[in-house]
Amino acid sequence: MQDYLNTKGRIFDIQRFSVHDGPGVRTIVFLKGCVLRCRWCCNPESQRYEIEQMTTAGKTKTVGRDVTVKEVLEDVLKDRVYYRRSGGGLTLSGGESLCQPEFATALLRAAKDAGLNTAIESTACAPIDTIRGLLPYLDHYLMDIKHMNPNKHKEFTGRENTLMLENAKILAKEAKHLVIRVPVIPTFNDTKEEIAAIAKYTSEIMPGGEINLLPYHRLGQDKYKGLGREYLLEGISPPTDEHMNELLEVALSYGLKAKIGG
Amino acid sequence: MPDYYIPEIPKSPRIARLVSHLFEQMPQIETDRAVLLTEAYKKSEGKPVITRRAEAFAHIMENLPITIRPDELIVGSNTIRPRSCQVFPEYSYRWLEDELDTVETRSADPFYISEENKKILREVYKYWGGKTTSELAEEYMSDGAKMAMKHNIFTPGNYFYNGVGHLCVKYDEVLAIGFDGIKAKAVDALLKLTPGDADYGTRTAFLKAVIMSLEAASRYAERYALLAVEMAEKETDPRRKLELALIANNCANVPRKGATTFYEACQSFWFVQMLLQTEASGHSISPGRFDQYMYPYYKKDLDQGKITREFAQELMDCIWVKLNDLNKVRDAASAEGFAGYSLFQNLIAGGQTEEGLDATNDLSFMCISASLHVMLPMPSFSVRVWNGTPHEFLLRAGELTRTGVGLPAYYNDEVIIPALVNRGLSLEEARNYCIIGCVEPQTPGKTDGWHDAAFFNMCRPLELVFGGGAELGEQVGPKTPSLPELTTFDKFYDAYKAQMNYMIEMMVNADNSIDLAHAERCPLPFLSSMVDDCIARGKSVQNGGAVYNFTGPQGFGIANMADALYAIKTLVYDEKKYTLQQFANALKNNYGEAMPPVIASQLTTYAAKELADKGKTPNEQTIADIYTKISENKTPADKKAFYDKLRADIDSLPKFGNDIKEIDLFARDVAYTYTRPLQDYKNPRGGIFQAGLYPVSANVPLGAQTGATPDGRLAGTPVADGVSPSAGKDINGPTASCNSVARLDHFIASNGTLFNMKFHPSALKGESGLESFVAMIRGYFDQKGMHVQFNVVSRETLLDAQKNPEKYKSLVVRVAGYSALFTTLSRSLQDDIINRTEQGGF
Repeated sequence: MQDYLNTKGRIFDIQRFSVHDGPGVRTIVFLKGCVLRCRWCCNPESQRYEIEQMTTAGKTKTVGRDVTVKEVLEDVLKDRVYYRRSGGGLTLSGGESLCQPEFATALLRAAKDAGLNTAIESTACAPIDTIRGLLPYLDHYLMDIKHMNPNKHKEFTGRENTLMLENAKILAKEAKHLVIRVPVIPTFNDTKEEIAAIAKYTSEIMPGGEINLLPYHRLGQDKYKGLGREYLLEGISPPTDEHMNELLEVALSYGLKAKIGG
Repeated sequence: MPDYYIPEIPKSPRIARLVSHLFEQMPQIETDRAVLLTEAYKKSEGKPVITRRAEAFAHIMENLPITIRPDELIVGSNTIRPRSCQVFPEYSYRWLEDELDTVETRSADPFYISEENKKILREVYKYWGGKTTSELAEEYMSDGAKMAMKHNIFTPGNYFYNGVGHLCVKYDEVLAIGFDGIKAKAVDALLKLTPGDADYGTRTAFLKAVIMSLEAASRYAERYALLAVEMAEKETDPRRKLELALIANNCANVPRKGATTFYEACQSFWFVQMLLQTEASGHSISPGRFDQYMYPYYKKDLDQGKITREFAQELMDCIWVKLNDLNKVRDAASAEGFAGYSLFQNLIAGGQTEEGLDATNDLSFMCISASLHVMLPMPSFSVRVWNGTPHEFLLRAGELTRTGVGLPAYYNDEVIIPALVNRGLSLEEARNYCIIGCVEPQTPGKTDGWHDAAFFNMCRPLELVFGGGAELGEQVGPKTPSLPELTTFDKFYDAYKAQMNYMIEMMVNADNSIDLAHAERCPLPFLSSMVDDCIARGKSVQNGGAVYNFTGPQGFGIANMADALYAIKTLVYDEKKYTLQQFANALKNNYGEAMPPVIASQLTTYAAKELADKGKTPNEQTIADIYTKISENKTPADKKAFYDKLRADIDSLPKFGNDIKEIDLFARDVAYTYTRPLQDYKNPRGGIFQAGLYPVSANVPLGAQTGATPDGRLAGTPVADGVSPSAGKDINGPTASCNSVARLDHFIASNGTLFNMKFHPSALKGESGLESFVAMIRGYFDQKGMHVQFNVVSRETLLDAQKNPEKYKSLVVRVAGYSALFTTLSRSLQDDIINRTEQGGF
């Protein structure tokens, strides 16, 4: 009957008291595996589906574990009292949750059954029917748009953006609540023109919609070393507050509900 | 329409001037009170002690030098210099006599004292030998209690050397009918006595002492009226001249008469607050529900157009500054435990009325504003939270938290009210609770809570189990079975409980001895005049005159003991990976690490004594060599590797504070080993004992006297504070810590529990940060946590403050139950604050 509670999936972390990814106090479940390889990714250990070893602070730890929906839900429900007080709930993040569609859907469904608010942080890089499968159980879709130029998108993330932009158009109509999130990465998309292009597209598919500008940070840098990988953005500084405010003005000029941060 | 006005009222420029004046110079020790007290005592020998107390108080009130500081609107100072203190030789004095030359240079809470004043005190002290409360208390104590204290199982230092304090008096009654009104009640009671009454003599003496004290206090205020008139005459600035005239007028009316305006009520409140701390040296004289008893005066003036909100706020800000003007010198060891010059004057806003309706009003919000304006450690500002607390009130409180000042502390009505009802209070009385000192709830005006009665280190009885109750060659606790006999975990746990039970009884004995000494030598007529039912019963608070009488000593180290007992249960009994003897060896050898100074000296003294007993009295060189050997604690490599493996295995076990039900429930049971036995004991005032679970800051100095513990904690390092998880062991985020702590039974710890959380400022950033913060408090309280408080400073800020203290003179941190200036804390306490887990939003 409740077979979906036994659905298995692969995650690499569960983070409680998260306050920046969806409304209220939330628990984020990080699913392992991603179709993109964004150079700035702050969770490089999330990208491969395989369970792997990572060295942090001199210690080697295993990244990734296989769990059932039921197990994850038990952890998520521990903070139920705080969700009730804040309007918070569960957020799926990654990696890209859509790489494990059955697990992601089952998890969201289980959360909904428990009366929780649900959100997903996703690139929407999957066939639209896969995405449609989880929409009934989803309150907030936090979707990344990183760049409007397909070539530059491919250069920095490994894939073109065509499918994602198409999906965004559909999600604007079909998702209960869509928020577009733009990681602002110097040398990649931090000019006024590039942000303007994203804002323009957002305003076209979702007039007056919400857009968040997330300034690049370097917190993931050491993890690359720990995984024995090269960090291609070495030497790049986070955008200044001043610059972020200029970009915010650009986004606002398209009539969007824009803000800095999630 | 709600009963409160939300917008913040701007800060008057006067407040910054008052604050800067307060911190211009180092606190000093003044001697006028000690001299006057001694003069009076010399003249009254042979009279009833309550009479002697009243005559001494009157003599002090008549002659203590008075001053009005620049810019003050609320006046009354018991020292000429700001932030300075008087001394109280009637409680104890030997420590200060010994420390006169070092008190200026010590690390925690230094005070300047002039050579002349040192001379005066040395002269005064000649009178006091054998006459103090501390000497009498010691006479009364059992040998077992003295032995336990010698071995640092607990320390009742607070009241052993000082007054008791820890009360909230009937401020509302003073505001309503004035000292004259209370005097009239005492006169009535006096007239009702008949010479045939069995206690006619003591009742008469007590009531006369009350009358004399109230009259003296009223006249003291009138001295300020005269001084203000004199100053006004000389004043050239017309604005200040007018202010002084108003001050003169206020002091001529209150506290003798009932207050007729909000301004008079403020001035009357202040005289009561300051004089209680001049009559005796007890701290935690707590203003309690200031927003409730002041409100009628504010409302009346506001409705009649007699006052603006801005001026009312300015007066409140002035009171907040004055609360930082009072000070107290403690012995060097206690100063470490209470670091930060704190007097723990707890003032609380919000909550419910006696009828159970929401009590939040304008003044509740203005209390938060006053703390925001003044940004100083006093008052220890608290807010009451219940399910009906307005959201905007908590958001405003969160704004204060966000500044990093360490205020306010949050209290949960939904736990405290039933906890107090369970102790025999009526529902109305319980709903009217306030907080005393750090975290201790009581119903104001009728309780002598004797909160803070001792620090009980729950780790030490476990150390004793490993020696069958003996250590350093002395039988300190009961003889419990030797290690090979402890064949099951239940037997081991029983041995711990046996040590606990015995030590709790010894602590009760120590507390009750001190209690008796205060009743016999230092009854307080002025204080007693403002506590029900002293006048009707004709006896002082110290003699059991209060309606409710408790003794509340606090235990700490629950997290350590939960983790420690769990480690032993798992590794020794369940998994059989290690033997108890191996644990014992590891603890004795501090897991092969160097031995910290305090413990190394104890062990050296013991080794030297053993040699002496064998007739080989060691010379200084030999002793020095022994000390070096013990402190270095060189351990062979193979043993060290074994200890390291043991510690790593302990480390990998679940720890309290991570929302793991099994270990949390274990902690709940461990807490009962302290809280349950205690409530069966009675105190001499006719009340019972009730446990608190909080350490003030004693977890650091008392940790220094505690050997290694089976939770992997090294010797000499701080013990966990209050009900908080061990420092650095809660790694699943703030909600997980909250859930764990809420699994303890807070209802039985009706003397208060203390949960310290430290937040990085980023966690409270913006509106969403504040909303999540409030949700977290609500969530913790939904699960029946009693109290929570926050440090909101970054680690970097604190490290920089250690390096450049001059840059951070006013950096306030939350220590434990109160806020203190970071740079005035001892280095080890500073380190402890830095090392506590820093919780952040992700």
